[in-house]
Amino acid sequence: MTSRLDRTFTALKQQGEKALIAYVMAGDPSLQVTEELVVALEEAGADVIELGVPFSDPIADGPVIQQAAERALRSKTSLRTILPMVARLRARTEIPLVLMAYYNNIHAFGPERFCHEAVQAGVDGLIVPDMPPDEAGPLKGPAAAAGLQLVCMIAPTSTADRRAFVASESQGFIYYVSLTGITGAKLLNVADVEKNVAKIRKVTKVPVAVGFGVATPEDAANVAAIADGVIVGSAIVKKMVAYQQQPDMVKQVAGFVRSLKTAMKSAPTKTR
Amino acid sequence: MGSVPNKYGRFGEYGGRYVPETLMPALLELEQEYARAKKDRRFQSELASYLKEYVGRPTALYFAARLTKRLGGAKIYLKREDLCHTGAHKINNAIGQGLLAKRMKKPRIIAETGAGQHGVATATVAAMFGLQCEIYMGTEDMERQALNVFRMRLLGSTVTGVKSGSRTLKDAISEAMRDWTTNVRTTHYILGSVLGAHPYPMMIRDFQSIIGRETRRQILAAEGRLPDCLIACVGGGSNAMGLFYAFIKDSKVKMIGVEAGGRGVASGKHAARFEGGKPGVLQGTMTYLLQDDDGQIKLTDSVSAGLDYAAVGPEHSYLRDQGRTSYTSVTDDEAMAAFDLLSREEGIMPALETAHAIAYTIKVAPTMKKSQILVVNLSGRGDKDVQQVAKLRRITL
Repeated sequence: MTSRLDRTFTALKQQGEKALIAYVMAGDPSLQVTEELVVALEEAGADVIELGVPFSDPIADGPVIQQAAERALRSKTSLRTILPMVARLRARTEIPLVLMAYYNNIHAFGPERFCHEAVQAGVDGLIVPDMPPDEAGPLKGPAAAAGLQLVCMIAPTSTADRRAFVASESQGFIYYVSLTGITGAKLLNVADVEKNVAKIRKVTKVPVAVGFGVATPEDAANVAAIADGVIVGSAIVKKMVAYQQQPDMVKQVAGFVRSLKTAMKSAPTKTR
Repeated sequence: MGSVPNKYGRFGEYGGRYVPETLMPALLELEQEYARAKKDRRFQSELASYLKEYVGRPTALYFAARLTKRLGGAKIYLKREDLCHTGAHKINNAIGQGLLAKRMKKPRIIAETGAGQHGVATATVAAMFGLQCEIYMGTEDMERQALNVFRMRLLGSTVTGVKSGSRTLKDAISEAMRDWTTNVRTTHYILGSVLGAHPYPMMIRDFQSIIGRETRRQILAAEGRLPDCLIACVGGGSNAMGLFYAFIKDSKVKMIGVEAGGRGVASGKHAARFEGGKPGVLQGTMTYLLQDDDGQIKLTDSVSAGLDYAAVGPEHSYLRDQGRTSYTSVTDDEAMAAFDLLSREEGIMPALETAHAIAYTIKVAPTMKKSQILVVNLSGRGDKDVQQVAKLRRITL
């Protein structure tokens, strides 16, 4: 059985489209809002949803996601409440769902129990920003047994050896970190990204999605022209914060996501 | 007990490299460069010369006659790391890593600091080697260690306050890691304790192990035998690892680490990781952590900024599991009483971190025989804490 992630990337490729991967922090400001957002973002054109799991000490994240995590923790969000929300979502949507969680939250839950219960709830993939594949040993077996895909990250600083190694370990897609830095930085250099994505493609057939620093429809279009997927996180969270007092916040954020997808569709494809 | 860590940076199940991919190449480069430097005679002789001429090593091993008499038990020796340039053992590591930064041609260094001692040591080394330097410090720590903040600025470093989380050491480390992730091509991160991802816990232990090597030689010269017990305070645990490491194979030498009991472990307001925590991953390494059932890191509490941290160095977790070391804690009040006692009995004002080691000494020395020998790592001096002590006692200076 092919996974939801694999099916999505294959279908998009056949249509000549690129995947828009939208990140939201689960439980920011509440899981009810997250649930409505996921459904609205899919309708607005998101192809994959990345759900952040709030951690008290997120070393790979800039201030926007850090504050989102603080809000989510204040609403008592944890894996114990996120997985039931995923199960509720699965009654409403088939969109691929990827969790982004720091390792200590998974370690505390128990890696084996986590993989099993996550897949049962309807999670498709997992990204652990503070766990390079070198340390993934305790997760690999249980993830494979449960059918949870482990998405790995490649960075601009990765050497050729590491690119090949990480690419060989990554499932579903490869998360290429567009810049040397943390989430939400404003340093996107499309020419550099293009060069590095080309290097990754030489060693793998797994789709490559690009994240960190993609903030505007223009950025999304530029990245869509050179990669298989575009990941937008901090910019979406910022929109949520901007409209947090408004009754139509979900609609406003969906509108922003629609503008990203529209820009991506109009982007000429440079590769393949 | 085999040699640890293994090539993956593992001390048994602890340690490792839990960092974003962006940092992996830098950690691998650092590991290789450190391995080369370790074998390089020129590097080692340069390091030795700075430790002697600049830091003022070897530091004395002082027999505390009045304290010994007062407590009425074991003979107490103090390893005087407080006499190092800048006032604590932290400079042993800062010099070593400063030399490595130069070797790797990184023009900029960054560091985190809790009590400010590692920040001051790093700022000092940056000035001496002509490196650009930025220090991250929690805003709560900046307040309680205002003197050290000013010292760092006088030395030409930038001190950046960190307002997230508990605004203490943990948050300063996260912010330094974020800076390093962003500027890794030009910047070396001088981590201050035996924490973080491999090779830091090993490398910092090695740089601090001169404390124990000197102590071993000095106690053999003074007493003709090894001590019965070593005592050191444990925040991240670098002064403790530095003292313990040369004695690990001497199975008759007991080694005790003293954690911050804050307002008492039962109150929940403390930093006693071994009493109140369980293994997990924080800031690059697998080790004992204070965390809740969901794996969120708990806030810590201690009168001492240098011990106010939710994780302990992974090698301590390993040595404890092996039964080679043991850990205990003392409260803020006990540490403050020890601060007074050492000041008045010996004319040595210890850092509040170090006062925790003294506080446990006060408990254990009287239970030992007069023929037994205790060595306490006097890891830092208390000048930096004078304002804080006055404030705690509501005295206006």
